[in-house]
Parts: sequence; C-alpha cells; structure tokens
Amino acid sequence: MTELIAGALIAAGILFYLAGSIGLLRLPDIYCRLHALTKADNLGLGLLVAGLVLLTDDLAVALKLVLIWLLVLAASAAGAHLIAGQARRGEGP
Amino acid sequence: MDGIALILLDALLILVLLGLAWATLESRDPRRGVVLFIAFGLVLALVWARLAAPDVALAEAAIGAGLSGALLLAALRDEPEAGHDPSEPEPATPARRRLPSLTNWALGLLCLGLGLVVTWAFVDALSVADPERLAGQVMARIVESGVSNPVTAVLLNFRGYDTLLELAVLLAALLGILALGPERGGYAPAGPVLAGLAGWLIPGLILTGGYLLWVGAHAPGGAFQAGAILAAAAVIRRLAGDRAAGLPQGLALRALSLAGVAVFLGVGLALLVAGRPFLGFPPTWAGTLILAIESAATLAIGATLALAFVGGRPAAWDSPQQRRALDPTQVRNQP
Amino acid sequence: MTTALLYGLAGIGLAVLGLRGSLAQVSLLRRLLALNLMGSGVFLMLGAVAYRGPGLPPDPVPQALVLTGIVVAVSATALALALGRRLRETQDHD
Repeated sequence: MTELIAGALIAAGILFYLAGSIGLLRLPDIYCRLHALTKADNLGLGLLVAGLVLLTDDLAVALKLVLIWLLVLAASAAGAHLIAGQARRGEGP
Repeated sequence: MDGIALILLDALLILVLLGLAWATLESRDPRRGVVLFIAFGLVLALVWARLAAPDVALAEAAIGAGLSGALLLAALRDEPEAGHDPSEPEPATPARRRLPSLTNWALGLLCLGLGLVVTWAFVDALSVADPERLAGQVMARIVESGVSNPVTAVLLNFRGYDTLLELAVLLAALLGILALGPERGGYAPAGPVLAGLAGWLIPGLILTGGYLLWVGAHAPGGAFQAGAILAAAAVIRRLAGDRAAGLPQGLALRALSLAGVAVFLGVGLALLVAGRPFLGFPPTWAGTLILAIESAATLAIGATLALAFVGGRPAAWDSPQQRRALDPTQVRNQP
Repeated sequence: MTTALLYGLAGIGLAVLGLRGSLAQVSLLRRLLALNLMGSGVFLMLGAVAYRGPGLPPDPVPQALVLTGIVVAVSATALALALGRRLRETQDHD
C-alpha cells in the first residue's frame, strides 16, 4: 500500500518535470521559461522526495531527503531571481 | 531491481551520457557547451552511483561537474571570444576546424580504428576466466590500514605515494596559474537574494566539508570531496563580491596551499627517521596519521581550487613595484 | 553483455569522441571540453573494470585511480585556461 502511494507521488513528480522540460523548450520568453523550470524544481522534486520518504525506514535518510529538497528550493529560487534580474537589465545572453 | 529494469536504466544512462557529450562538442554557443558539460558531469555522477562507486560519484559531482563548470564559465565570462576561432567573423556552423575533407575523414577513421583496437583489448581483458582481483587483497589487510572505507585505505595508505604525488601535481598547477598573471575580474557586490543565500550556504558548506572529511574513514567521503566543498564555498563568496573569495592573504594563503604536500611529506620523512619505511604507517597510529594528512590535504585542495577559480595571482599578493615589473604591457616597452 | 562490458564500451565511445574533438575543434575552450570528455571516458573504463557485480563489493584500486584522475584533470584544465588567457594577452600586444 505504501509502495503504491509512493509510486503515485513519484509519478506525479516526474509529470511536473516533464511539464518543466516542455516549458523550457517551447515557451517564448525567458521569464516564462524560468517560471516553468522553478515549478519543476519546487513541486516536482517535492513530490519525488515525498514518495522516496515513504519508501525508506530510516529517519535520518528521510530528513536528509527533505534537506536536499529545501536546498534545491533555495538555490533554484535564487538562481531564477538572478537570471530574471539580469535579463530585465538587458545584460542577458 | 529486476533484470529488465536495470538493463533499461543502463541503456538510458549511457544514451543520455553519449548524447550530452556529442551535444557539448557540437553546440554553436560555447556557453551552452559548458552548461551541457556540467549536465554531462552530473549524469556521469549518476553512472558512478550505479557502478557502486559513491566516493567517485561525490567527487565527480563536486569537482568534475561543479568546479570544472565554474572554471570554464568564469574563463568564458572574461574572454567571450575564448570559445570562437579568432580568424572567423561569426560562424554560422559549429566552429569546427576547416580541415580539408580528406584529413577530416582520415582523422575520423584513425579515431575509429583506435577505438576498435581498445575495444578488442578491453573485451579480451574482461573475458579472463577467474581473474585475481585486488579487492580481495585490500579487504584482507584493511584492518591494518587504520580506516574501514576501502577507497580511503587505498588512497591514503596502500597507495599513499600516488596521493602525495597527486597533491604535488595540484601544487604545480597552482604555481603555474599564479605565475601566469593577475587574477580575473571580480564580481559586483551581491544583492539581497544572493547575499542571503550565501549567508546560509557558506557555513553549511564548511560544516559539510568537515563532515565529509571525518566520515571518509568509514563511509563514502574523504579529503578530496571535502576540499572541493570548501572550494565551492570560496567560489560563492567570490561570486557574491568578495575579491579575496574568503581566503586569507599573503603568508597564510601560501602556507595553506603548501599544507597538503608539506604534511604528507613530513609524516613520511618522520616515519623514515623513526626507522619505518617511507609512508609506512604503524597499524596503531595509522588512523590518526591518515586523519592528520587528510585534514591538511582538505585545506590545501580547497585553497588550490579556489585560487584556480580566482584565475591568477590575487591582487593583494604583490607590492606595487612587483606588479609593475610583471605587467606584460610594461615589459614590452623596455628598450 | 555484462554491466562492466556495457559501461566499458560506453567509456571507449566517450574517449574516442573526446579524442576526435580535441584534434578537430577550433577554439581552446572546445578542445579543453573534448579533453575532459576523453578523460571521463577513460575513467568510465576504469570504473567499469572495478564493478564486480550486484552483490560483491567493488574493486577499490581503480576507483582510487579515478578519484585521483578527476582532481588532476580539473587542475590541468585550470592551468590550461590560465595559459590560454596569457597567450591571448601577449598576442593582443603584437
């Protein structure tokens, strides 16, 4: 039962990643692309981590997984802010 | 995991790996090439995890993907033409050398031939019936080595001389980088977002580096991974506007860079003086000695890789006369 | 086809790709990328040899060699970038 829920969560996470990747390739503007990418990072990774936490018995491993998610959250948010700021100032690639 | 799923995973990983490598070399924009190279490094880290090599996976992710990518991007930032051919105005096709078609084909055939010969040798080597593996010899004597992580035991004890020479290679590369010119341009002081992130990340990175150093004795980890994490902290500080990248200056920095080779060599010579072979750790002291050497090596690797990112001699090192004497434009004007 | 053979062949493919790139590419940066790819291919060959199977612990000696190699590769890349930058500076002053 637990494995079923975990599988569903992981599948949902992968769906978000798919959506993010399609957004990266197909959306017209850098801001739209950043939006798609950060959604994939936040929600997609969050659902993946939730599924993996259900699959493990060790509390330490579960806490480390959540820590990974929080770090990726912070890094992707900061990165998106920096890229968007640079694009808005016109210094972007 | 059952057989079919594992084979599918392997096939997928290898396809993505080779695809990313191809795309890295074929991309028109050099910056895109470098970013694809970083992605390649991360997929390679996954492959290492698949091949039961967690130490190597950590090192590949931190050094091979992270620090290498940062180095290449920093080099591209200061010299955007580094990725282009100086003689071509604006290449419409990927900047491949305009080799005459015959040379191009000959080169391709040569590489293909070399690949086939190596494949033949590799398949031949793998088909030996019951090979003598070094893993058995290592595991038989690992209790004498002072650590329980076999890779750390091999790196710091059984083949410690190779690691000493590797630290010396790092030092030699650093000396070259420092001798070749002043540091690269700095970065603007960070806005609130980057400053806030750095404020949380850098202490966390230092803590993680210390943890990896300690845990390397009995679990995946070790001096190289820890040193790379410390270098990453220095890179973030430099990106946030600190020109010194958080490193000490002057004599302290010089001492830090030499620490790895110095401590390793010192321990080896002390053992010689004590009557044992060079780098022959006595089993009761081996763990302590390895920790001491790894600590010094961590600091040295962190400082070396951070200075590699800085890209040259830090501005604070020389007096103004030395700086004038070593300026390439000045030297040309002398009679 | 065993896992070791599969990844070994992938490593050989990477190494050949990198070799061709390092000879045929134009700019220094691309040649450095190609050399790094070639190095990664060789490391993959070593890592594949180290893998002994799903149950057994892997061979630590090739893994230690790869670890050493990764660090040496990044330091060589850093030195090559510094050399390239200095070369371009002296060419500009001609």
